Amino acid sequence: MSNAWFWLLAAALCVSAVMVVRSRDLVRAVLWLALGLLLTAGLYAYLDAPFLAGVQVLTYVGGVATLMVFGVMVTRRHTSASAEASNDSNAVGVLAALGVFALLATAILKTDLPESSVPTQTTAELGRALLDTYLLAFEAVSLLLLAAIVGAVVIARRRDVETRETRGSATLPSIQVGRTEAE
Amino acid sequence: MTLVQCLLLASALFSVGVYGLITRRQAVAMLLSIELMVNAANLALVAFAKYAGAPTQPLVLFTLAITVAEVAVGLALVMLLYRRYDDTLLDAASETKG
Repeated sequence: MSNAWFWLLAAALCVSAVMVVRSRDLVRAVLWLALGLLLTAGLYAYLDAPFLAGVQVLTYVGGVATLMVFGVMVTRRHTSASAEASNDSNAVGVLAALGVFALLATAILKTDLPESSVPTQTTAELGRALLDTYLLAFEAVSLLLLAAIVGAVVIARRRDVETRETRGSATLPSIQVGRTEAE
Repeated sequence: MTLVQCLLLASALFSVGVYGLITRRQAVAMLLSIELMVNAANLALVAFAKYAGAPTQPLVLFTLAITVAEVAVGLALVMLLYRRYDDTLLDAASETKG
């Protein structure tokens, strides 16, 4: 891949990022984000990280973007389906973004950074490192994911199902959920 | 392309995320902006792995897993917010503001 491809990817990435934050329709914003994540996966492949590119497509584009679409659809209302940025926070946002970018760019340009590329970890080495050097962190992340799943279910659970269960009328809670929707 | 270009691109994406986080008033839209920022950080990490030989690729995997957990809990909170206040504008949930 030549340098032109990088610039093409970078430009498309910037456009999609701006569309994510400027798009009026939230569903469109989510789709722009999915495009941006896909383009980032392309950059990963370009940066010798094919496994990360695959994982990015599977979890982010396949999982997170889908989840976000569900989140938008479920919580959709006529008043807030379009999320417009108010004008007073717009100026503050532009200032803050420019400030952050100026700070980061100054730090990057003032640092002596290596120019040449070095061979990166292969997927086999990556897997070995995960189950060897980073085993404790790996297990901690799996515990975190479990906690997040259980926590998300507990938080998003409907209250009325809970009260019916305590009353003892429900032998099968899953059927009861459908019945409360029908009532 | 060099490391500097990659890092500048990541900074630009991060700044766009900051802009979105400040201007958006909707919970889901703010989650999207956070996703943008995490994505920019991941891009910088992968660039460092390629050009500085830093072993940051496992770190990117951990970041991915943590972000997925964050989105799951965040969307659950959005659902709760919607059920409680009938809206997902975060201004509605300012009653706990000290």
